[in-house]
This record gives sequence, structure tokens and C-alpha cells, in this order.
Amino acid sequence: MNDGQPTLDVVDLVKHFPVRGLGARGVVHAVDGVSFSIAPGELLGLVGESGSGKSTVANCVIRLLEPTSGTVTLRGRDITHLSRRELRPLRRDMHMVFQDPYSSLDPRMTSGQIVGEPLYVQGLMRGTELDRAVEALFDRVGLRSELRSRYPHELSGGQRQRVGLARALSVSPKLLIADEPVSALDVSVQASILNLLGDLQQEFGFSCLFITHDLATVEYLCDRVAVMYLGKIVELAPTRELFASPTHPYTQALLSAAVVPDPVIQRARTRIVLEGDIPSPLDPPTGCRFRTRCPLEPQSAPLSHEREPALVEVGPGHHVACHLASRSGFTPALVDTAELGA
Amino acid sequence: MSLLTVDGLSVRFDTDDGPVHAVDRLSFSLAEREVLGVVGESGCGKSVSFMALLRLLPETAVVSGRAEFDGVDLLTIPSSRLRRVRGRQIAFVFQEPMTSLNPAFKVGRQIGEVLTRHLGLSRGEAERRTVELLDLVRIPAPDRRAREYPHQLSGGMRQRVMIAMALACAPKILIADEPTTALDVTIQAGILDLMRDIRERLGTAIVLITHNLGVVADVADRVIVMYAGRKAEEAPVGDLFAEPQHPYTNGLLGAVPRPSVEGPRARLREIPGRVPSLAELPGACAFAPRCPRADERSRSQVPELREVRPNHLVACFHPGPDLAQTG
Repeated sequence: MNDGQPTLDVVDLVKHFPVRGLGARGVVHAVDGVSFSIAPGELLGLVGESGSGKSTVANCVIRLLEPTSGTVTLRGRDITHLSRRELRPLRRDMHMVFQDPYSSLDPRMTSGQIVGEPLYVQGLMRGTELDRAVEALFDRVGLRSELRSRYPHELSGGQRQRVGLARALSVSPKLLIADEPVSALDVSVQASILNLLGDLQQEFGFSCLFITHDLATVEYLCDRVAVMYLGKIVELAPTRELFASPTHPYTQALLSAAVVPDPVIQRARTRIVLEGDIPSPLDPPTGCRFRTRCPLEPQSAPLSHEREPALVEVGPGHHVACHLASRSGFTPALVDTAELGA
Repeated sequence: MSLLTVDGLSVRFDTDDGPVHAVDRLSFSLAEREVLGVVGESGCGKSVSFMALLRLLPETAVVSGRAEFDGVDLLTIPSSRLRRVRGRQIAFVFQEPMTSLNPAFKVGRQIGEVLTRHLGLSRGEAERRTVELLDLVRIPAPDRRAREYPHQLSGGMRQRVMIAMALACAPKILIADEPTTALDVTIQAGILDLMRDIRERLGTAIVLITHNLGVVADVADRVIVMYAGRKAEEAPVGDLFAEPQHPYTNGLLGAVPRPSVEGPRARLREIPGRVPSLAELPGACAFAPRCPRADERSRSQVPELREVRPNHLVACFHPGPDLAQTG
């Protein structure tokens, strides 16, 4: 295994869902050509609103779904079309933490069994060795070891999410996929789970694909950020760069709409309120998918109606899919970006 | 001056496991044209308090206290009288616009029903007014939208319909319970703008119940922070964020990730432990088990609210901003 190899490499990922019945017929373009890679030990945030396709990307990566086309490569091995049986040994290398800690844990297993199950299934440990490992994992995620005999319904939301993390990390995966892991939790509990995730990442050194709609969380935790809109990545950049100079009009709108818990800053901000709603993924707009809501559409037309903008590099590691951004010397600034970072 | 004055509101549920004190002696007032933010985490009693005011809770709830509105006590007037207040002078908007609208009727008809029932408008008048209301909440093509069913509208649009319905009778008070929680941030921004607009143009007083401190920072004039059924702190919005007094408020503010300056990632503040069960309402500060400032007194006595600065109330024996603010 050579060192330059990314932990995860996703190339041109496409996932379409055919729909039939109820008068509708067609194809939901959930993910339409998404490419990114994650280096060892890197945390990549995948941000988007409902319907952007971010969870579908996660489900394709962990292979709960089979991609329509494109490739998913885990540590140099193409896993795009592997069968369930072929995937089984690879389950050691990637693990997922879900949004809802209430429905993602088996209610009939004790939390100790839940945490130990991947080790058992992978045939890595049995008996007292397994018990000791589970106890150590409980300790590592900050759960008292007597909670091992409790069932999920006896635990609080935060404790359940810790159980989910302990389970995911039991087999020391190289890649952790976290799909909105703190969205269902109260603010004070969110903080402790985010801190824990940061600590564990430092300690275990896993790569992480962190999926969320919350920009503040991404800025806090991730090294790089990809912003999705209607099945496409519209901007991809190192976190600091993205927040300091957001370039795609959608990214700017998203940043300007996020509320900051400080009345002085919050009330001084300029807000870009987007018109209309996210279009249906059954029939995405031609050309640029954001053009129907883009405040700069008059400047990008007619090109934006005809051609889809490619994701091009506008600065070191900073990629943007916007006709206006790729035009030389033009920055599609909607708001003062210094204000967004404030 | 004060539109609504609530005094000593308590809500208790008698369950098989004993009484649960959901709200404990909550007092506050709401002025005309004011936006009052009510913040707290799940189970703090923020929603239950306002449901209790309009007597929307099941009969198992034991409600006591006074709630004076327009010269009457909402908690004791006959329900026939209350019906003229509820929906007409005090309107509610709930979190989930999907489940609050009837899927079987067109949205125009649902708004129209409010107008014909409460205001006695004719069908034609109601239809015209419905379109005006949809326009007021900035729904594009309102006459077409009025003829659509809820499932044909997006989440943000449905929430606008709910707000239009609540505004139908030009209420004096609009109570919005987590109105943006189920929505995406770009949609949330539009709804918050609308709230501001309603207050400016119609002069409606708004109670905004939320767990999101950013939302409060954006639109509220005054804020009440609730914890375990009690009011922990109350202050004008600027004071609350600039000089939070209660350790719980301090903790909440430190727990939110916020844009950081250069340098390594600072840890988020954690609040150790968990929200206490409301069944075991102790004769002590409810926050004491999780509080870094707790002492013997906090563990044996309930701190009463006191004014530390003008209009800034806190229920704590050791109030003040945290010295070491992180994040």
C-alpha cells in the first residue's frame, strides 16, 4: 500500500432512481456525476439542503445502494459493483454513523452487544477478549461500563449516539461515514458528540465523510468542504478558503442565510434570500442547475441555459462549477465576503 | 402597555409514576409589537407553557396560575369565550406544516374556513381575502396556489400558508412554535424575514419558541431561557448575548460551533450530565447537578428570580458571565 493513495476516491458517481405509478414516470436524478476523494486522516464535509443528494452519495459509498454509474474506490480497490458477500470483509474498513440514534440501533440488543457485534461478525474476537474490548470502547466514548447491559430505549439520545460511534469504531475502520450525526440532538449534547468525534479522529486517524446541512458544524470539524446542489457538487475547497471566499452564488447564499448566535453580528449581515424552491430532481433544469434561483442569472445567460458548468479550479484546491467564476477576472460576488466570515 | 401578562403558570401531569411538573411558576409579560424569544432544549416546558395558555393540553394536565389578556383570565374564562380569543386574537403556528394542514382540502379553502367561521365573511369575500393573505406572506402566484393541495407545495411554502392562516383574523399575538426547525437554512431566512415584516407592517406581537439561539439573535427583542420547566433567565436580546448571567445560558452559548478566527480548533463547551427528569422536581436549583458554580445552597434551595440589571432577571445564586469563555 503506497502512501499517496487516497482512502476514498469517488469518480463521476451517478445514482438515478426510476419512478413509476401515481401518474409520474421518469427518473429521479438524485446524484448526477459527483467526484471527490478523501486522503488518509482527512475530514471532508459534504454540505447541502434537503434533496441535494448528499445522503445518497453516502449510501452509495458505503454500498447500501449500488451506483448507476461511476466508480467508488476504497483504498485502491474498486467496490462499485461488489456483491454483498464480496463486500463483507471490507466492512472492517468503512463504517457508518446514522442521523437518528433512535432507529439505527437494534432495540432487542443490549448496547454492549451492539458495540461488540462488528467484532464478532468479522470473527475478530470472542468471549472475554470481546468483553474487554467492548468495555474499553465504552470507556473511550465516555460511557459508564455498566450501561453495557442497557437496551437502546433506556439510553438518552446523546448516549445512543455514543453507542453508535463506539460500534462504528470497534473494527478501527479507515473511513467513517457520518450522516447528520448530531442533527437530532439538543445543542448541549451536540457539542459533546462533536468534541468526541474530533478527539477520536485525532486518536485513531481515520478519514471521515461528514454529511450535514449545518455549515457551522462543518467549519468547526472538517478540513475540506464540498457543497452540493441538486445532485451536483457546486463548490469544493479547503474549509478556511471556502468560508473566507465562497465563490459559487449558491454557497454565498447558503453562508449568508445561516444564523449566527450573536445579535450584533447577525443583524448587521446582508442576507441573500433565494427566490423559489429547489427544482424537482425528476426534471432538473437544463444547463446550470442553479440558474432558476440564481440572482446572477441575467449575467450568465444564455450560456447557463445551454451548457452545464464544469467544476474548475479557481485557486489552490478551490473548485467551482459556475460559468461566471470560470470567466477570467470575474468573481460572482453577491455580498461582501469579509462579512460572511465575521 | 402589556398585552399579555402571565403570572405563576404551572403545569402538572399526574402519571402512573407520580406527578410530572412540566412548567413551574412561570411568569412573564408580552408587550404590543414585541418579539419575545423563548429558548430551551427538549423537555424544558417551552411549548407546553403556551399550549397551556390557550388550553390546548389534554385534560390530564393540571394547569394553575393566571394569564391576563384583554381584561380576562384565559385560564378561567368559559371555553365559549376562549374560542373567540383562540385563533382570532391569539394564533398559533406549529413546527410541522405537513401535519398541521389537512391533505384532503385545497389550501385556499382551509384559509377561507377561518375567515367564514371567525369573521363571518361570505364565500366570495373569503376567497378574495385568502388571495390577499397568500400575497401578504409572499407566496408567488397566490391565486393559483390557493387552488392547490398541501402536497403540491414545498415545506417553506406550507409554512407560509400556516402563517397566512394564523394571520387571517389579524391576531394581536402570533405564537410560533419552532416555525423554521423543519426547514432548510435558505428557506428559514425567508420565514424569519417574514416574521420581521409581519411585526413591522401589522404590529403583531410574536412569541417565537425555538431551540436555535441564532434564530433568537436574529429576530427577538427579548429572550426567556427555560430549563426544566422554570425560567432560568430573561433579558433584552443584546444583554443576554453580551452578558449572559445564568451558567446554563453561558453553557448553551459556548456549545454552539461558531465561525472561528485563525488558529487551532477550539473545543466546544460541553454541559456535563443531562436534563433532569421532571418527575423529581427537587427543592433545589434544577441545574445544580450539571453546574460548575453549584454549591451547598444551590443544592438545597430553589433560587428565585432576581433582577441583576434593569430588565435582566436570573434565577441563580451565582450569576454572571463566565470568565473563561471558550469558542
